[in-house]
Amino acid sequence: MEKTEITQKKLEGLASDLYSQFEKGIVPHISLPSRTKANIEYSSKDDVWIYGDQETLRSVKTVRGAKTLLKTVYLSELLIKEHLRNNRGSTLREIYYISENWDIAKFHEQAESDRLIEDLEIVTALQREDFHVRPEEDGAAVFGPLKLQEKTRRGEKDIHCQEDVGEAGYQIPFNVDNIKFQSHDAKMVMAIETGGMYARLIENGFDEEQNAILVHIKGQPARSTRRFIKKLNVELNLPVVVFTDGDPWSYRIFASIAYGAIKSAHLSEHLVTPSARFLGVQPSDIVDYNLSTDKLTDKDMQALRAELTDPRFNTPYWEKQIKLQMDLKKKAEQQAFAGKGLDFVTKKYLPERLTEMGII
Amino acid sequence: MEIAEELAKQQKAISVAEFFEKNRQILGFDSAPRALITCVKEAVDNSLDACEDAGILPDIFVQIKRNGDYYQVIVEDNGPGIVPEEIPRVFAKLLYGSRFHTLRQSRGQQGIGISAGVLYSQLTSGKPTKVISKIAPGRPARYCELTINTAKNEPEIIKEEDMDWERPRGTRVELEMEGSYVRSRRQSVFGSLKSAAIVNPHARITLVEPEGNVEVFERATESLPKKAYAIQPHPAGIELGELIKLLRYTDKKKLRVFLKETFSSIGTISAQELCSRAGLDPEASPTGLEHEEAKRLLSAFKQLKMKSPPVDCLSPIGEDLIKAGLEKEFRLDFIATTVRPVSVYSGNPFLVEVGLGFGGELEKESRVEILRFANRVPLVYQQGACAVTHAVESVSWKNYSLSQPTGSGIPVGPAVLLVHIASTNIPFTSESKDAVADVPEILVEIDLGLKEVARKLRRYLSRQSVLSERREKEEIIRKILPKIAKKLSDILDREEPDIGPVVAKIMGNLLVFRRKVAQNGFTKVQIEVENHSDLVRSFKLHEVLRQEAVAVSPAAKVISLGDGYDYHWKLSIGPGESTTLSYTVQTDDAALGEPVVEGLDAEIVTGARVI
Repeated sequence: MEKTEITQKKLEGLASDLYSQFEKGIVPHISLPSRTKANIEYSSKDDVWIYGDQETLRSVKTVRGAKTLLKTVYLSELLIKEHLRNNRGSTLREIYYISENWDIAKFHEQAESDRLIEDLEIVTALQREDFHVRPEEDGAAVFGPLKLQEKTRRGEKDIHCQEDVGEAGYQIPFNVDNIKFQSHDAKMVMAIETGGMYARLIENGFDEEQNAILVHIKGQPARSTRRFIKKLNVELNLPVVVFTDGDPWSYRIFASIAYGAIKSAHLSEHLVTPSARFLGVQPSDIVDYNLSTDKLTDKDMQALRAELTDPRFNTPYWEKQIKLQMDLKKKAEQQAFAGKGLDFVTKKYLPERLTEMGII
Repeated sequence: MEIAEELAKQQKAISVAEFFEKNRQILGFDSAPRALITCVKEAVDNSLDACEDAGILPDIFVQIKRNGDYYQVIVEDNGPGIVPEEIPRVFAKLLYGSRFHTLRQSRGQQGIGISAGVLYSQLTSGKPTKVISKIAPGRPARYCELTINTAKNEPEIIKEEDMDWERPRGTRVELEMEGSYVRSRRQSVFGSLKSAAIVNPHARITLVEPEGNVEVFERATESLPKKAYAIQPHPAGIELGELIKLLRYTDKKKLRVFLKETFSSIGTISAQELCSRAGLDPEASPTGLEHEEAKRLLSAFKQLKMKSPPVDCLSPIGEDLIKAGLEKEFRLDFIATTVRPVSVYSGNPFLVEVGLGFGGELEKESRVEILRFANRVPLVYQQGACAVTHAVESVSWKNYSLSQPTGSGIPVGPAVLLVHIASTNIPFTSESKDAVADVPEILVEIDLGLKEVARKLRRYLSRQSVLSERREKEEIIRKILPKIAKKLSDILDREEPDIGPVVAKIMGNLLVFRRKVAQNGFTKVQIEVENHSDLVRSFKLHEVLRQEAVAVSPAAKVISLGDGYDYHWKLSIGPGESTTLSYTVQTDDAALGEPVVEGLDAEIVTGARVI
């Protein structure tokens, strides 16, 4: 069966469940896993973090629950009748605006419609791309020795991510399923938090020198970026390293790539690259390379403390690094390496770190 | 000459008028705005008292006019009027009045109020007070211009003449004085008249303000308050000196008669009992009692449990009129009232009435407004010094759904409190009658009254929350469920599902659900009756059929209607339980309309018509 048809069947299945609840005199409801830190479990099967057994019940017994269910059926109708039957799509923001005409089923803010789409993903075990729903943000950029084919509205295009792209690299489309990898000379994938460091590595020719596919993840990575990284890891069997700033917020960026995010734990198996490793900046690098630092703020300290209780950071490596940072009370940015000279990061730090990690 | 003799020359008596001339703040004339308010209040109190005594529905006209640097205060009533000879002393002699020597509830007590206004007027403007009074339609009205001779505390008549006046009877007083007119606050002429109107709902008060604006506080009732009767002093709490005075000046020849006649609540038997406890001869002459004997008599008063003083010396406003008064001046969602029984402090009977208004257009985030009244007179100043305020502050309002940010003090919320104390003698903290003293007995009664209305408020609010829950459910049922059902039918391209069973479940209703099965040319009808509430539901269920049914289970009573048959079952279904009724008929359309439920409210039944 075609994907569109499966998706349509699943959404109709949801509607017909509710329909038969009415018929049987059961108060209509949908149950969903609760999406909280307390309900995140490690799945040893896929090495990822997924939702546990705690469920929340959404029923028409309360006005809130009833309105949410009403919105759910309105949304399902939109997805079935407008998107799937006509092969069209909308962005998350557009869906929020489409609901303007839904009277009391109208969304009050985009966060509400975003959440409801995530709910539908969970209930149907599908992804929003299957509903033809696009995110707002563009995917991140890629630069490196990789040739791929993208299925676009104007046909299939072959693209080499060094030769056929500009200085900024190849832009990852929102639906990674439209990409096919063709060939590569890469030894590793490096996910980089900041645009400044991404540009530095390209300028220094690091991609050619070390045969690295550089992915600029632009802060907290979008779903498509995470799926792209996972696809590189799984299909091309390439090791993935994550290079971020040395502060608690950046560790969370790493966690969302390697362990999964609390908000999207239902998609962990599609989005997460469990073998991804943290390259730096590590708190111990601050000491070892005598980097320029900033003081940790109260919020930083709080975030570090929260990470110590986060099941995803419960490893000896992270415990050591986080405690060290709390002692230092300092953080360092990726670009602090520039203080040692523009080539320092590509000539000294990265080769040393990558050797230490056994990647080169 | 010796110094003492020198000093003696300078010593002389001070008249009360001279005393108050120098101490005007004691009477409430300490500031310019306040002087106007006090003056209006004293004149209006006199009018209300006079009308009440005469059994007339008061119609009081108040006008404040600017006159150069001064204000003119005019108060006119439709009361019984004052006989010409009395007019000068009533208005221009301090401590002259009809109420000081009797024990009954009235607004005025000492005979100071309006004379103090006259005094203040002559001190500040130098002008005499003009009075017109008429006692009967056929008689001429008397016009007087008066001042007070302060050295003697006697009236001085500047002018006196008979005149024509269009009113059948009544009194008009016109004073000119220094003052200042404010409007916005509660402490204003407007505010104090508004308060007076609340506790005197039988009065119509018209106010013409300096700018010409006319405010009418209309009557809320045509019936006069119950008349308060004069009573004898009550023995509880009387002091020794007072007792000795009464003993010395009585004209009774025998002690037992003296006791029975002089005090309220003492009868023949208790008089005998008192005498024997005090070791006194009941037949002895009261005037001959020794100091020691009077003391024994007083302690006998304290030992013997006496009846409460009679109630008819007091004139409470009553719950209905408190409610009417509050409704008249505020927009409210809820009003609770209570009238406490008569109680006694120091021999003085008193009672407390409390009203509480809630919601409506009252401010939600500000402190609760407290309206204080003593003998139907609003108390406007010195709220913080008053027993009423102290009692309000010491109630723990959080227990009664009002917030009290610091845990004590005046609560915050959309509420207004009205407290009225009626007594033959209100214990004010000062002669300006602004605040009631913290008498323990009075504090206890106010506290009990406040808690009574507070409990009513709490009950009201909890009922409201049940109602709002019900409203919430109705929103689900009326607006949301039908839309969900409609959308589901759109998506699935199927008929709209019946939402009845779900509605019954959500509302906790009784669900009646009819199902038909066709069998060999017959139709078997099943009626499921489910009780989704927490209570046992007892009722009759009717099914009106065109034709007679067979296999009726359980057996039903049948009444022939001429064009059909009324089958009915008497049912009683426990909470969460259900039952099934069934019958078989020949044709599918045998039933006329929906099943009918008799004996329950329509809003708790789903799937059936209710009669």
